[in-house]
This record gives sequence, C-alpha cells and structure tokens, in this order.
Amino acid sequence: MPDKKPISSVNDFVVRFANVNGSGSASANEMFARAILRHGVPVSPRNIFPSNIQGLPTWYEVRVTEEGHLGARGGVDMMVAMNPQTWDKDVAGIEPGGYLFYDSTKPMPSTKFRDDITVIGVPLTAITNSTYTDPRQRQLFKNIIYLGSLSALLDMDPKLIEQLIGEQYKGKEKLLSSNIHALHLGRDWALQNLKCPIGLRVKKSDKVGDRIFIEGNSAAALGAVYGGATVCAWYPITPSSSVAEAFTAHCKKYRHDPETGKAKYAIVQGEDELASIGIVIGASWNGARAFTATSGPGISLMTEFIGLSYFAEIPAVIMNIQRAGPSTGMPTRTQQCDIIACAYASHGDTKHVLLFPEDPAEAFEFAAAAFDLAERLQTTIFLMLDLDIGMNHRLCRPLKWDDARQYDRGKIMTAEMLEEGRDFGRYLDVDGDGIPYRTYPGTHPTKGSYFTRGTSRDRYARYSEEGTVYADNMQRLVRKFETAQDLVPRPLQANAERPTKYGVIYFGSTSPAMDEAIGLLEARGHQLDRLRIRAFPFHSSVASFLAEHDFVYVVEQNRDSQLRQLIVNENGIDPVRLVPIVHYDGTPITARFIAKAIGDHQDHLKVTPLRKAVS
Amino acid sequence: MTYIAKPKFHHPGLKKNELGYTHRDYEGKISTLCAGCGHDSITASIIEACYELSIEPHRVAKISGIGCSSKTPDYFLGNSHGFNSVHGRMPSVLTGANLANRDLIYLGVSGDGDSASIGFGQFAHSIRRGVNMTYIVENNGVYGLTKGQFSATADRGSKSKKGVTNTDNAIDLVAIALQLGATFVARSFSGDKSQLVPLIAAAIGHKGASFIDVISPCIAFNNHAGSTKSFDYVREHNDAVNRLDVLVGRDPIAVDYAPGTVQVVEQHDGSKIALRKIDADYDPHDRLGAQTFLARHAAKGQIVTGLLYVDPDAEDLHEHLNTVETPLNTLEADTLCPGSAVLDKINASLR
Repeated sequence: MPDKKPISSVNDFVVRFANVNGSGSASANEMFARAILRHGVPVSPRNIFPSNIQGLPTWYEVRVTEEGHLGARGGVDMMVAMNPQTWDKDVAGIEPGGYLFYDSTKPMPSTKFRDDITVIGVPLTAITNSTYTDPRQRQLFKNIIYLGSLSALLDMDPKLIEQLIGEQYKGKEKLLSSNIHALHLGRDWALQNLKCPIGLRVKKSDKVGDRIFIEGNSAAALGAVYGGATVCAWYPITPSSSVAEAFTAHCKKYRHDPETGKAKYAIVQGEDELASIGIVIGASWNGARAFTATSGPGISLMTEFIGLSYFAEIPAVIMNIQRAGPSTGMPTRTQQCDIIACAYASHGDTKHVLLFPEDPAEAFEFAAAAFDLAERLQTTIFLMLDLDIGMNHRLCRPLKWDDARQYDRGKIMTAEMLEEGRDFGRYLDVDGDGIPYRTYPGTHPTKGSYFTRGTSRDRYARYSEEGTVYADNMQRLVRKFETAQDLVPRPLQANAERPTKYGVIYFGSTSPAMDEAIGLLEARGHQLDRLRIRAFPFHSSVASFLAEHDFVYVVEQNRDSQLRQLIVNENGIDPVRLVPIVHYDGTPITARFIAKAIGDHQDHLKVTPLRKAVS
Repeated sequence: MTYIAKPKFHHPGLKKNELGYTHRDYEGKISTLCAGCGHDSITASIIEACYELSIEPHRVAKISGIGCSSKTPDYFLGNSHGFNSVHGRMPSVLTGANLANRDLIYLGVSGDGDSASIGFGQFAHSIRRGVNMTYIVENNGVYGLTKGQFSATADRGSKSKKGVTNTDNAIDLVAIALQLGATFVARSFSGDKSQLVPLIAAAIGHKGASFIDVISPCIAFNNHAGSTKSFDYVREHNDAVNRLDVLVGRDPIAVDYAPGTVQVVEQHDGSKIALRKIDADYDPHDRLGAQTFLARHAAKGQIVTGLLYVDPDAEDLHEHLNTVETPLNTLEADTLCPGSAVLDKINASLR
C-alpha cells in the first residue's frame, strides 16, 4: 500500500501516456479519449511530441473533466509509462497518491518506483508475445491491450470502446475482430489479476451534449472550403502542414464536379514559403480566393510579399499555426509568439488584420470570414492559430453554416460598370472608407486595366514618386485600417458578479484555461472582468475596457507580452496599468498558472494596514 | 518618361489585324529605359507578335519581377493588366494568377538577375510544374538599375565596364530549362527581330511552359569590349539552328522553301510553326539532342539561337491538377460551398 492515500476521483483526473514516437500508440490513445467522450464525459487531450519521426519520446495527455475544463490542468494522476527512456521523469511527475501503470513483463528494481503512488503492473509484452508472432502486430496490439486493461481499471464500459473500434474498422472485418480480441485480452487480464476499479473512475454522464471533437487545423481547412477558397499554396512546416493536408482531403470529398470529376480547386505544394505566398497573391490579384498555411519561420520568409499585399492592396489569407520561436525554436511546442511579427509584418509602415480564434469552432468561422475580409479590405488577413488549438482534438460546439450566406467579394468594378462610364481609379477612395475599387485582369477591352506595382503611384495607378501623392495614399491606407476595426470580430466581455476595478484581457487558445482560472480566482476572493480579444485592429471597446479598470492583466503565451505591447502601442495608454501575465515554456497555459500569477499580484495590491500587520 | 502622355492619334491608313486592331493598340507607355536598350527591341517584338496573332490585348496578363526588364510590361499592351511584383518572384505570382483564371494568356517578363540569381528557384519550379506561360528573360548579364554589377548569366572571364573580370561560372538558363522539362525552349537576340517575333508568337501559341532567353545588350553597362553580351560579341558568335514563321489560320507555306529544309510543327492551339532549318541535322523534338547540341556549341564559344526544343503535345499544370474548365475566379458559393446539410453530417461524424 502506498504511504499516501490513493487519489479518488470520478470523471475528474489526468491520464498521461508516455510512448515512443512511431510505435503506433497515437490511435490507441485517441481511442481512449474518444471512449470517455462516449460515456458523456468531456475530455481535453493534448499531444506532446518531439520533432522526430521515430524513436524519441512522445506523450499524450487526457484530461477527464466532467466540469468541462478544456485547458491543460497540469499534474498527472495516472501515468501510463510505456517508454523506458523517460521512466524516471515520468514516475517523478505523478501527483502524490497517483497511479503508475506499466509493463511488468521484466522485473523492475523497487528503487524505480515511489512509495506514495499506486503501482499497477500488467505483463503487456508477455501477453502480446504469447498471442502474436508478427513483430508489427505485437507492437500495435500491445497498445490496444493496455487500452483494455485501462478500461477495467477505470471502470469504463467496454461496449463503448468496441463500438468505436467497429466504426474505425468498418468493412475491415479481420482488423475489427482482432482489435476487439486484443482489447479483451488486456481487459480480462486486469479483471482477473488486479483490483478493479481503482480510485480514478469514469462514470456515465451527459455533459458532452451535441459538441464535436475536432482538431483546429482540420476545422480551419474546412472553413476555407466553406469560405470558397479555390487556390491553396503551401510549404510543409510543423504545426501547420495538417491544414493543407486537411484542405486537400476535404476538397477531394466536397469539391469535385459530380459529372466531370474535375477539381474546383487547385492545391500546389510550393518550393518554399516565398513561392507559396507568391502564388496566393497572384491568384488573389486575379480574383480567386487563395490562402496559405504556415508557421513562424514561414511568416519570416513571406514578409516581403506581405508588404506588397498591404501596399498594392491584394487580398491574401495566411493561416499561422504558431509555435515557439525564434528561429526554428521549439517546432513542436505551442506559443502565441508571432503577434508583433504578424501585426507589423514587412518593411515600411505596415499593419495587418489578425484574427484570434479560441477553438476549432471559431477557427472554422474565422477561416471562412477571413476570405470575405481579405476581399473586402484588399489586404492580408492572418488567422492566428497555435499548435495547442491546431494539432489537438478539442471539444467544441458544432460547426454551423447559413445556406443563405453569399461571399462578400468586395469592391469589384465590372465590365458593365466600366461601360456605364464609372470613374475607375484603382487607388481612388470613392466611398470614404479607404477602400478603392479593383478590376480583375481581362475585364474589358479598353477600360479598367492598370499596372500593379509595389512602388508609389497615384490614385489612378500611374507611377509617381511625388511625396504628396505617396503620403496621400499612405493616409488612405490608415483610413482603410480604421474601417477594418468595425468589420472584424468584436471582443467579448464577461463581467464579474460584483463590480471590480480589475480586468483581464486574453485571446486564442488561452480561453479555456482563463475561464477555469476565473473560478479559482473567485474562490480566492478576486473578482475580475474579462475581455477576450478576437481581432486586431482593436475595436473601440478595448479602449473602453481599459478606461473602466485600474489594472488590467494581459494573459498570453509568449515572453514579451506581445499583445500587451500592441495594445499599449495602438491605444497610447500608460503601460503600468497593463500587467503582463506570460507563460512561454512551450506547454499550453494552465488555469493553475493563471490563477496563481494573477492571485499573487492581487494579494500584493491589497496593502495590509501597518497596525494590523504588527499586532 | 511615363508621365508624358503618348499621343493616341495615328495614321488612318495604318494596317489592321483580323480583330481590326492596329499596332498602336498593342503599345503601352513610353519607355523609361536608356535610348538604344535591347529591352526596348524585345518590347517591340512582343507588340509585333501579339498584333500578328490578333490577340485581344486585354486577354493577356503581363507579370514581371524587379529590374530594368521587369519595367517593360508597362511599355506594351497598355490595355492589359500588368503586375510588377517582387524581385525574383514573377514565376510564383504568375503561377497563382494562372491557377485563378486559365483563360488568359500569361506573359512573364524577367531579367537575368531576376531569374538566374534571386529568383533561380522560382524560375526552376515554375518550369518543372509546366505552368502555361511564355517566360521571357531579357538577358544582359548585368544589373542595370543598380549600375553594373555582374549577374549570374555573365560568362566567366568576361569584363565589367569597370574592368573587373568575372570569375564565377555562368548559368545558362536555356540549358537549365531543357533539363527541367520546359516544353518550348528557345534563345534569340534582341537585335534580331525577324527571328524573335515568330519565336514569341510560337511560344504564346504553345500550351505549357515556354521559355525564351533573349540576349539583350545593356548599352549603359555591358556593351564594351570584353563583354560577352555586347551587340558586337553576340552578332559575331550567334549560331542560329533555325528560323521560323508562325502561321495562324493560313495554309502552310512550305512551298516557299526548298524541300528538306522546312519542318512544320502544329501546335495545340492549331497554329503552325514553319521551321526553316539552317543546321540540317537539328531535330527540335529531341530534348537530349538539344542539350548535347547546346553544350557542344557552348564549348566552342558559340551562342546557339532559334527554337531548340518543342513538344507540341505538352500538358500544363491545370491538366496535372485536373481543374475544371471554368476559371476558378468565377466560381461562387453555389458551386464551392458544400452547405449546411453536409456540415451536419460532418458534425455527426465528429462525435
């Protein structure tokens, strides 16, 4: 018996799987997470993986959370330790009173365990080797066997797992039956040899509702399909590659002409990010909806073109799945670290529209909206995802689409309008919103053509190096950016129960951890109003929020508090009133971290009277 | 200068093509390049070729990078949309434009710095993808706008105007284009309009990646003794393999030439190229032969010009991608968006 009472918890615990990259564990682990969802219990899984194909350690963490806290929690209640390389660290990471599940085929010295945890050994290798002879089968089925054992230990309904296996191997009878066999091998062994269930248990509930379980990158790619993207150019880079791959898969299903079989899209894997954005800009210049997906280093390479898009006013959609930088940084770890790089990307005076979805559902909505915004504003729109949203399955509300919705193609001067004698100046602000009309190449035999340049030109696109002409154009671009403020998704505010002088600003993947942290902070007696920023340029409500509060915490996942810098810079406010709360070690931010950082600062603000302190 | 308006009136008796357009309808703004620049001769050849082909000017998209050559699209086809993009990146912008609307004619204009140095990668990859385009490099071996630095096509041993000898090996874009699978490869000389005009016309008619390297002497920085891209040097070392005529909607005129010296090539768009062979053994359908021929002549210091290779049955990127015939830029939500019923099914599969 451990010398610490074993943790006892129903539908609220964290299981972490420690595996070797390339061992086929990912699908078994994902099935574990899905099986819990089928019990009606929300889960929040996360991949923690190396920049490697095979051999290096990889972890998969499943937070089981009846309350629906989808942020990372921190700490591990049960470790499924399948990787000898990381054994010591994995064992050390278990919460006191937690559980260690391991392959007990080979005896381990007692020094390799801890006294304050419950150790559960299942001879996985022995069971596998006595059943299978093929080495690949041995490896794959070992994963299903531990899934079976866990189902017994955690009191899960095996029928729900069988159902999942049935869906996965539909029509592949042989694989189906052999997987179910493996599942029961592990389950039966546990039931016969171990005390089941343990203190951690999964109990059927109804907290999942109609929510869906999807990765942000796949949702964003689907948003591009629904948003009418027809050209995609990309260059492989983690963690963004799966956007283009998902777009390809979705297009194969939904974008082929049923009669001719021909594709209503074009996808090109560029030779680099320069070519990818060049193709996007060429396609958009010519009137197609085009996008690329990339990550920090790709953004760096694209910046010359991004400046061209801004100045020559060509739509472009860039999905930036952020990862830790600088340079190649930690390519497989999450951060929100490209805020400044994207907001002001390129040389000269530039500003760009950024969208910050909080989860896959918003990634879908914002991805589709990005194409409308890009064509309306004739500029680059960044969809700012990160690895945490992009590459993890996240429980979110179902995706929605209004069939009456038409695409906003922006201000296009057509041949008919030109025939009517409408005055066409490519950079002429006719409506006072800073947005000029454009023509597509090939529109009219004698009217509406113009020469697109990255160098200065007048309102009628005629080359000019006159200072006043240049400044006039730059001022119009400022007006256009002001117009953008009212077109982009607005911030969402949620006020504390009682009026408070304190506020918190956050965005993107921090959302679920922030929501949970609010509860923890309230328990400590701290009241905070919340503002979730969903886009840059900032709506005027951001300035109002700042004015209404003495101190505002800005919670973000980078070292330099980049969103705070942007807020200070764009609103011209006293930086002292904006308190940075930053998390940047490459792991997703947790409620525990936020609550501690803000709570400590709040405690510090509450000055204890001197007399009371000495008495 | 471009801000000086070019007078629009012209002689009433000016010849018209099939569409009723005159030469003037294919012109652009007044060139801002140095008087006598080879590039202006290429501009004149492009105008001539488009006039001859009776192309509707606005159905051409002219795309360039940065440099003297890349300025020239402003000087021809004034009723076409032009895009003076980013240094070395014309090929990617053109590729994207082509994907958006397969119905236009794409003319990529670049220089040796733009294509052989900063944009070497994009040059290579647009060729190997088979983008349907006419890619013209106005090759003077020198950086003109920044005043006389060597480019990557400058021959080893050639001298700059300041007397510096180039010690780096030259890149022959024609040889590279052949190796990368361009389906129409030619070289010409800006001073040889009778050869260049039909080559441009044939390249426009070709479906697939057409590449023409045009040696175009820079009269300001690369037209001196010791240069291998000067008017005198090129005239002395030019070795034409063939001369050609492009026949649109007319009967082949093979009869005009002695049998055995004329080869008619029918292109995908129905136009015919009549090749008057100068080198009787030269076969323009033999990629490997063209590469060997080129290398053998380069070793002798000869600049081979003419149509070096053509594959009349070439495929382009749209065929590789199996895209619909309708230009992608005309598709709207009704054909692009799978709709809410499909989304409900997707949602159901994600539970």
